[in-house]
Amino acid sequence: MYAFVNGPFLWIAFCVFIAGSLWQIAALLIRSRRTDRVFYDHADAGAAAASVFVWLVPFASRGWREHPGTTAITFVFHVCLIALPLFALGHTVTLDYSFGLGWPNLPDSLVDALTLVFLAAAAALLVRRMVLPQVRIVTGPADYLLWAVTVLPFLSSYLAANELLLPPDTMLLIHVLAGGVMLICLPFTRLAHAFLFFFTRSFIGSEFARRGTKTW
Amino acid sequence: MTENTPAKPVDAAKIREILARNDTARLRMWLKACTSCGLCSESCFFYLTNEKKPEFMPQYKVRQTLGEILRHKGEVSREFMEEAKEIAWGRCTMCRRCSQYCPFGIDIAVMIHIARQCLRSQDVCPERLMNIDQSYLDTGNQMNMSDEDFIETCEWMAEEGQETIKGLEIPIDREDCELMFIVNAREPKYYPQDIQMAAQVFAVAGETWTMPGHGWEATNLSMFSGNLAVAAKVAQNVYDAATRLKAKKICVTECGHAYRAAKYEGPYWTKQPGGLPPVPVTHAVAVYHDYVKSGRIKLKHRFEEPITYQDPCNLSRSGDLAGKGLELLRMIATDVRPMSPNAEYGHCCCGGGGFIPMGPDYKKRRMVAGKFKADQIRATGAKYVLVPCHNCTDQIGDLNKEYDLGIKIVSFKEVLCELMEIPPHLIVDGEAE
Ligand code: SF4
Ligand code: SF4
Repeated sequence: MYAFVNGPFLWIAFCVFIAGSLWQIAALLIRSRRTDRVFYDHADAGAAAASVFVWLVPFASRGWREHPGTTAITFVFHVCLIALPLFALGHTVTLDYSFGLGWPNLPDSLVDALTLVFLAAAAALLVRRMVLPQVRIVTGPADYLLWAVTVLPFLSSYLAANELLLPPDTMLLIHVLAGGVMLICLPFTRLAHAFLFFFTRSFIGSEFARRGTKTW
Repeated sequence: MTENTPAKPVDAAKIREILARNDTARLRMWLKACTSCGLCSESCFFYLTNEKKPEFMPQYKVRQTLGEILRHKGEVSREFMEEAKEIAWGRCTMCRRCSQYCPFGIDIAVMIHIARQCLRSQDVCPERLMNIDQSYLDTGNQMNMSDEDFIETCEWMAEEGQETIKGLEIPIDREDCELMFIVNAREPKYYPQDIQMAAQVFAVAGETWTMPGHGWEATNLSMFSGNLAVAAKVAQNVYDAATRLKAKKICVTECGHAYRAAKYEGPYWTKQPGGLPPVPVTHAVAVYHDYVKSGRIKLKHRFEEPITYQDPCNLSRSGDLAGKGLELLRMIATDVRPMSPNAEYGHCCCGGGGFIPMGPDYKKRRMVAGKFKADQIRATGAKYVLVPCHNCTDQIGDLNKEYDLGIKIVSFKEVLCELMEIPPHLIVDGEAE
């Protein structure tokens, strides 16, 4: 079991994640040549880049500024979500060991603290989703499920590191499984917003620029 | 099958055809990327003015209309469509403000537009918008006016205008002009003075201009009914007229959606190469701006009463005139008090998206949702509102009554006619000092 999860399963998960995402992107780009002439006719690289960039910086867009609380939580959530897996010691060591790829890692105590911060932000987003009527009304079971899929890898890593609930080895197994499931889900669910963001923002930035206006 | 006409069966194949035509990469991304975050809610004035009821938040409106149609692959019931109609036309003006506030820039208004096209294909649409589609087909304009009546009105207005401007002309079908001016059919029908005032401005600026005897209708309400076959015809009429008259530019009257339709959407409905109109399209606001800035029109004095500027969504957000509109007003008036927020972030007044022509059935909602604009206007303390759009004009007029704003609504041509210096050669004999 351990061998399978840490071996072939992870390989499959990464392959599905990368190939799935590339396939989705390629399919959209190929389709767009035929169906989205309006974009190519008036493509404005500067506006597209600005439309992406401004929304990547906290409080830079009007939309972020007008929702300061949600903005703060959203950025904390996403920064931790990306930084933790990249710089956790457990991950960098594995990479180094398996591929000889190495980059700096964050100290364990910091990883631990940031995982807690991440979990707190995730909890806040969940509460927001359940409490605000305008969010609840567009929320369905899939949104809760994806929330769980995203949170589980982090929760399990925290529990494993602190030897809580289950024996650390079992917890680690859950951690790897959960991480793999998240990667597999990403290209095919709403989690795809991770890469679609860049395309939708580029389009709208360019589309409004041809009208002399902005979307940030 | 006797007394009552039975409800027509739903032609799902036709709906699917429309869905297929709109099955773009961008729509696919919008459907997939939305994280249901709700951040678009507060950007929508319908949501803000309806006690923030969640049913009015933008993404929900899409899911209840286009979302359901897609989910059922067009196999929807008449009951569903009637409900969807009340959302697609009654709770959204396609103002596009929400797409500026969605972190993914999802274009809700475009999705509502696809829903409208599907519904319209089954004749589910506010009655009056469907009548207007027919009127475009019958006469080429929204008011069922004949071209003869139009030309006669122009002749009459030119003649009457000669009491103010010596030799005032409203040239019809003149070739090789700088501008081909096109109007909203309500001008010849109900407000012929509007055409006369525009003619005066052109005369004083020394413009070479003309109006086409056919293809003079600038409005394109079929864009909002969702009948894009007719919308394309209306746009093509204008392009054909401009090509026939070899005009350098098409100039749209002070109307918002007419400009958007002719300049940005029309080229796609009529399949123009490069997505550009065959003859460049400009707008009265841009043209007047140029006259005043360059000194082609000089002012006797500036307008002194406190005045604010209404940004029509289709000029200031879906069009490129937010800056020029306010700048022009600042050149001709001393006490300009912009609304907040304004320009490309301005809120819709609820006159757009077809709401005004949708008529009395929808008036109550229009007054409720228009309250945001009414409050904005009141907060400026202005006594006048400069409104460069016919639909906004009607709506703000109604809001003025409903909410006792005590304001006066004016257009640029109106104010310019008051303020501009008439050059000596155009002063009517006997009036010169
Ligand atoms: S387009 Fe305008 S009216 Fe429609 S949902 Fe968006 S903000 Fe509201
Ligand atoms: S702001 Fe955008 S992503 Fe969020 S609910 Fe609205 S449409 Fe969806």
